Amino acid sequence: MIDLSTPVSEAAVRALKVGDEVTISGTIFTGRDAVHKYLHEGGQLPPGVSFRGGVLYHCGPVIIKDEQGNWKCVAAGPTTSIREEPYQWQVIRDFGLRGVIGKGGMGERTVEACKHHGCVYLHAVGGAAQVLADCIKRVPNVYFMEQFGAPEAIWEFQVVSFPAVVTIDAAGNSLHKEVLAASQAELAKYV
Amino acid sequence: MNALQDSLLELIRRTSTEIPDDVHQAILDSLEREKQGTIAANAMKIIEQNIALAKNKSQPICQDTGSIIFYVDCPVGFDQMNFEQAAREAVKAATKKGYLRQNSVDSITGKNDGTNVGPGAPIVHCHQHASPEVSVRLVLKGGGCENVGAQYSLPNEKLKANRDLDGCRKVILDAVLQAQGKGCGPGILGVCIGGDRATGYEYSKQQFLRKLDDTNPNPELDKLERDIVATANKLGIGPMGFGGQTTLLGAKIGVLNRLPASYFVSISYMCWAYRRQGVTLEATGKVQKWLYST
Ligand code: SF4
Repeated sequence: MIDLSTPVSEAAVRALKVGDEVTISGTIFTGRDAVHKYLHEGGQLPPGVSFRGGVLYHCGPVIIKDEQGNWKCVAAGPTTSIREEPYQWQVIRDFGLRGVIGKGGMGERTVEACKHHGCVYLHAVGGAAQVLADCIKRVPNVYFMEQFGAPEAIWEFQVVSFPAVVTIDAAGNSLHKEVLAASQAELAKYV
Repeated sequence: MNALQDSLLELIRRTSTEIPDDVHQAILDSLEREKQGTIAANAMKIIEQNIALAKNKSQPICQDTGSIIFYVDCPVGFDQMNFEQAAREAVKAATKKGYLRQNSVDSITGKNDGTNVGPGAPIVHCHQHASPEVSVRLVLKGGGCENVGAQYSLPNEKLKANRDLDGCRKVILDAVLQAQGKGCGPGILGVCIGGDRATGYEYSKQQFLRKLDDTNPNPELDKLERDIVATANKLGIGPMGFGGQTTLLGAKIGVLNRLPASYFVSISYMCWAYRRQGVTLEATGKVQKWLYST
């Protein structure tokens, strides 16, 4: 298990390999379909949000206000990342991300961007909304709530030991490609 | 809220927060099969912890609380409009309480009014039967796994799939291959052979009402179901597509008649967060018994 803290350095990211299990601690931001489309179309991040050296989480959380009026995350698993494939490379390039957390893997353009700019794709366990919400200790801020609605907003999370697996590294390797090729070859034996 | 609304709220709460017993058992079995220390085994462990945590905290197993699909079996004279109204109220209340995410979006404007009620949401299927019993089953069907569902029209030249059970087998296994880990596997397949494009998918989803450990009454289909699971689990896709022993937890296949011109195989993929519960109701609307969990 490799512990990463945000902001993450390029060297730390480049040392990671496909199959490594990591935990992430520090500040991370959520962003999914609406945010990616908005940034792709030239939108700017709101004041207070910086992705530089940061980790972006593809997630549409369930958040409530507790008795003291603070945001509290009650469920926060990853959402399918491939929908952001048309935009992700650009967000990595323009906003300086070092990590993207999601599920299901991403395609060639993201693999290229990871290699070129020093970023990794981190696969969280899809559906593990409670285990992952437990790692979110505080929700200090939310941005674009009005515009995009709760699941699509940019949420700022303070996380401790958030678990994930490196499935695309900064050397151009992708576990998703490897498993697809191996399973395809295997299936050919049985049909 | 009246008694019926209360019962439906409790049905939603338990469906969103508690995995049914048969599914839980299948997950425990698969955890045992994975090699200790692999990323696949560790993913299954997180899944197992997640199931326990969700139940203890009474919070959603997965944040995508999915399409809300009610299946109602009812006697003649049952007031379906009243039921649908109660279902809508229960959905709104469950959303306020956080058992359901604000998960229903206007397809054109992208607006989410935060209630989970709107055109096509929730979905209610009522079916009359010759018994005084009222049973309500609920499936919460996630979006990520819905996206990897597939419908094939046979024959399929590329897959060398003809209009026979072997052809069905080929396209079903192709759907598993295409899905990889993207539907939050290990997954469960609901399959319909036949029907039209709409009824095929609809019936494929109804297969999710069956228990994982049941037996298909048609021996040929039973054999096919077992073969699909065994073969899929040899492919090495594994939990989350990380590689590993468990790609599928189950496959359930139903059949509808088709037109001579059409031969559809419709495949719905259910993620490991297989949320399905059911109740029978007293005349007052109170819960009589739970159908899938003790
Ligand atoms: S596919 Fe299922 S487990 Fe995965 S995020 Fe969607 S609802 Fe949750």
